[in-house]
Amino acid sequence: MAGQSGEPPQAQEHGQPERWLLKLYVAGQTPKSVAAFSNLHKICEKHLKGLYQIEVVDLLVNPKLAKGDQIIAVPTLVRQLPAPIKKIIGDLADEERVLVGIDVRLAPSHTETK
Amino acid sequence: MTPKNFLKKTPTGIEGLDEVTNGGLPTGRTTLVCGSAGSGKTVLGMEFLVHGIVEYGEPGVFMAFEETEKDLSQNVASFGYDLEKLQEEGKLAIDYVFIERSEIEETGEYDLEGLFIRLGCAVDAIGAKRVVLDTIEVLFAGLKNQQIIRAELRRLFRWLKDRGLTAILTGERGEGQLTRYGLEEYVADCVILLDHRVTEQLSTRRLRIVKYRGSLHGTDEYPFLMGEDGISVLPITSVGLNHTAPSERISSGVADLDKMVGGKGFFRGSSILVSGTAGTGKTSLALYFLKAACERGERALYFGFEESRDQVVRNMSSIGLNLKPWLDKGILHFHNVRPSSLGLEAHLASMHQIIKRVNPKVVVVDPITNLIAGSDRSGVKSMLTRLVDYLKMKQITAMFTHLSTTGRQLESTDENVSSIMDSWMLLRDVEHEGNRSCALYVLKSRGMAHSHEMRQFLLTDNGIQLGENFADEQETDRARRKKHTARKGASSAKGAR
Repeated sequence: MAGQSGEPPQAQEHGQPERWLLKLYVAGQTPKSVAAFSNLHKICEKHLKGLYQIEVVDLLVNPKLAKGDQIIAVPTLVRQLPAPIKKIIGDLADEERVLVGIDVRLAPSHTETK
Repeated sequence: MTPKNFLKKTPTGIEGLDEVTNGGLPTGRTTLVCGSAGSGKTVLGMEFLVHGIVEYGEPGVFMAFEETEKDLSQNVASFGYDLEKLQEEGKLAIDYVFIERSEIEETGEYDLEGLFIRLGCAVDAIGAKRVVLDTIEVLFAGLKNQQIIRAELRRLFRWLKDRGLTAILTGERGEGQLTRYGLEEYVADCVILLDHRVTEQLSTRRLRIVKYRGSLHGTDEYPFLMGEDGISVLPITSVGLNHTAPSERISSGVADLDKMVGGKGFFRGSSILVSGTAGTGKTSLALYFLKAACERGERALYFGFEESRDQVVRNMSSIGLNLKPWLDKGILHFHNVRPSSLGLEAHLASMHQIIKRVNPKVVVVDPITNLIAGSDRSGVKSMLTRLVDYLKMKQITAMFTHLSTTGRQLESTDENVSSIMDSWMLLRDVEHEGNRSCALYVLKSRGMAHSHEMRQFLLTDNGIQLGENFADEQETDRARRKKHTARKGASSAKGAR
């Protein structure tokens, strides 16, 4: 579908969409899931402050959700909003790839990050 | 057959496969089923689950990586499986795993715990004993980090083993190795290879057990069929020469012919070959044989490779043979197909299947020549031997017709199939007093005294009649000369009606 991961996201004057709903699927409190959450939190605070909402789904608690949202790997980050749905798997250590993956349009001042 | 080993086995319920594997797949282990696209991997997997549910009371999980639940249901509906019903009953769980590389970004470490959770969730929900993963190799295409996938696959197989699940894993055939991504490295217990070959425009499916650790298994390539009832493997080694030989005699349906073979007809469970040139009445003779069976109240089965059912019925009515009542009663069964519709092996597999379903006492194959023509010749005799053995084992009396090609030695068959037959009758044209007529003689009939006469074979409005001992001085055939000179003209008096 859309969202070629290779292309750099285009900066627009109007900035980010108003609301970001991000779901992080994990399986218990593993080092990977803890790392993924803190990485995600950091990135969102930096680029989407005030616009985002993170929902953590623990598949050990709600195993049935794995099927419904087509989760195979954990941690998986799903961008629920804005549409379309996008997925990133892994501990989200690479900020740049995460931004590309969930298609965050960088403000000019942030382009040199990392 | 009782396996001499201690390995516990889980029957697949697939016809023939359990015989070939000596009891089924290894219980609590993973079996790899590999084959090229369209070789029947998915169907085999699904049959394993459906039979498990229906016949052995073992619920199963199907994890599909390639087809959606809906597609799967539709695809196997043609085999008569109602997956939706089984799902509603809580005996089958299907989980469609969708992986699209372009939609997934990877960054950093991850594992496939999500897959384990889904599988575990489905297994626990229905108490599954059987699992099919079709085709897990999709992971390799969908995810970039091969190291993680391989490590996770190892963990998956351990996980399946720890839970005591009997699993089938399907894999696409690869170049130079069994599967494209080397799945055979992980599954060391049992590997089954499916093959779909096309020779002379005819396709034949074959199955081979490449490996079965700790178990006896057949090592041949077995033809298998994907027919209306699903997969059926034709096990070749399961029959041999240890069938019983009943001494009961059954009528050929033609009283005069019975007299020629000791007055009582043929042995039950024997195989009879009727060969002859075109238009000599082979089919008519075969159908009288079937009619006699119907009159005794025995189920009869006719495999026709030349004419349609209606055509046979119509033509037979012209010689006073009304087959319709027997067909209507369900005693007589017709199975008419073109020989070119399947390869020889597939035909034989399908014949096995039909014989099993109809459960006849008497079978006619009309003619075997067409089957032979449609295949490469090397395996023909062995395949026919298997069919004959199978029929003997079931004590089914069988009549095969064989079309002799003109210009060839009449007393020979294309593939020397006569040696596997117990009785052999020959029908041939003879010129007699300016007319072409037909003669019948018995070339051999094992275990009974038989006539050496050559009798005139007459198709009349009232059925088949045999004339007096036939003679024709113009006949120069060497085989004829061996016979004593017959009384001239005697046959015409009686035969011409």
